[in-house]
Amino acid sequence: MAAERYAYLRPGVIDLLKQGTLFAGERRTTRFSFADALLELGGSRSDVVVLNADVSKGMGTYTFAERYPERAFNLGIAEQNMIAAAAGMAQSGLLPFVATYAVFATLRGLDMIRNSVCYTRTNVKFGCGHAGITSAEDGATHQGQEDLSIMRAMPNMVVIAPADDVSTKKAVRAVAAHLGPAYLSLTKEPLPLLYDDTFPFAIGAAVTVRAGVDATIVANRDMVAQALLAAEAADREGLDVRVIDCHTVKPLDEEAILRAAKETGAIVTAEDNVLAGGLGSAVAELLIERGPVPMRRIGVPDTFCESGPYLDLLERYGLSAGHILRAVRTVVALKSR
Amino acid sequence: METSERTLRLKSVSYREAILRIISQAGAGHTGGDLSAIDILNVLYNRILNVSPQTASDPDRDRFVQSKGHCVEALYAVLADRGFFPSAELDTVCRYGSRLIGHPTRAVPGIEHNTGALGHGLAVAVGMALAGRLDGRSYRVFTLLGDGELDEGSNWEASMAAAHYGLDNLIVIVDRNGLQITGPTEQVNALEPLADKFRSFGYALRQVDGHDIPALVEALASAPFERGKPSLLLAHTVKGKGISFAENQAGWHHRVPSAAELERAWAELAAQRAALEGS
Repeated sequence: MAAERYAYLRPGVIDLLKQGTLFAGERRTTRFSFADALLELGGSRSDVVVLNADVSKGMGTYTFAERYPERAFNLGIAEQNMIAAAAGMAQSGLLPFVATYAVFATLRGLDMIRNSVCYTRTNVKFGCGHAGITSAEDGATHQGQEDLSIMRAMPNMVVIAPADDVSTKKAVRAVAAHLGPAYLSLTKEPLPLLYDDTFPFAIGAAVTVRAGVDATIVANRDMVAQALLAAEAADREGLDVRVIDCHTVKPLDEEAILRAAKETGAIVTAEDNVLAGGLGSAVAELLIERGPVPMRRIGVPDTFCESGPYLDLLERYGLSAGHILRAVRTVVALKSR
Repeated sequence: METSERTLRLKSVSYREAILRIISQAGAGHTGGDLSAIDILNVLYNRILNVSPQTASDPDRDRFVQSKGHCVEALYAVLADRGFFPSAELDTVCRYGSRLIGHPTRAVPGIEHNTGALGHGLAVAVGMALAGRLDGRSYRVFTLLGDGELDEGSNWEASMAAAHYGLDNLIVIVDRNGLQITGPTEQVNALEPLADKFRSFGYALRQVDGHDIPALVEALASAPFERGKPSLLLAHTVKGKGISFAENQAGWHHRVPSAAELERAWAELAAQRAALEGS
């Protein structure tokens, strides 16, 4: 397949996709991309403060604390206080970024996110690592497999799950410029460096990273890599599959998804998140009302996951490129009936 | 009695009347806690806070966060009196289309933060105090907590942070009326020895009769109680204060007075006003 099918990919990524060796290439965990972006942002904006709940090593934000110690706050293992305090800082004109793991922010701190951040509409940004089952070896207590579902249910919250280093850094700049609450869903597992600097990031604007006409895979965060691998495998079977990086789960880019449904006639969603309420749900809710086409959802089933190497867990819980490929075959077959 | 004290005590009578009017027209509200907190709010807004409708967005204004958001009727009564919005609007509390809903929101002039879920105000105030220090501003942050609300663990997380950062620009007031929705705090989830707990968490603590106007003025004006420490004013209050049949009754947590009860309340408050005017 011609390289021009792809957009915004770094040199060499297409070769890795063709060889199926994407994870052997260069990778970086997006929580550290987030920390890098904060370091840069802190230099240009003196109102940026970074709060964490004793996970500055795990989130990489110790680099910000070293450069700007007076603007870094480790509030201890106390997420409720950290999040409400961030709301108070935002009320006082600062631009707080809260950094912790997805499970701890979105579950232990949820009441504070709901009332002191979203309801009060304070300008608080979240960068939360270990989302999905990317915290593979840690087991279920650390696997933030429901953060997209929970955050999507919060009015006023922007929810973003970027797929790689470049898009994560652009997402940080975008949420800093956005007035209102925003949540970045980040990984523990290092993700392939997919995009070059031309990747066009805007909140709520899904990006078509592979053109195709037979079906569309709508993916985000770590599943964009699996979607690209699945599309490349489908290509070998003569299926020309579009891949959309739908980094923003809310607000959903309805236009891009409706267009893909119309133009390709079949949709597979792929997310490393529970099937209840995440990206697949958002896409299904849209399509069922405004343009139903054959559709399958790839995501974490209704279970807690075990420990293990990340790629093994993707296989075990039905999230790997191979599972996506099977779903693509299914929706294409349904389309022709 | 000094003129200024009489003026404030007369205001408290007016505020109590306003609270009962609001609750009876709305058919909902938190009578007991409103009446236990109102003298504290009176002193804050009329003697302590450097905030007015004209300075409501001044970055150097003192901040007040009412963590016990359910007692919003008391806050509305004081804010209206201070000119943040027209007093006539008090007749719309809880009505469809009114901005004066059943718990505080930022949509109302003078209110800093949406509260109502308990255990938020102190942590929000910690953030405001940290921001004030970082920005080199001189404002102080006051927050009013209920005692039942202290069951929420987030208050103790926030207290640790307040002490850790030595936030002497933070003044926490606890409305210690001894009752929560289902009964005495000591029967529900015992708080005592409460003063010792707060001291051990790192506060400089003072205790006051939360209905003694001059004592409240003196205590709040003296904050911070100690340099380098957050201040905690443990205000001993009576739930339902000022309306004899509502005093110290857990059942009045959010009971709405009947017509007959209202008549009695108006008579009691009129007698309080007459006594003050004659003193």
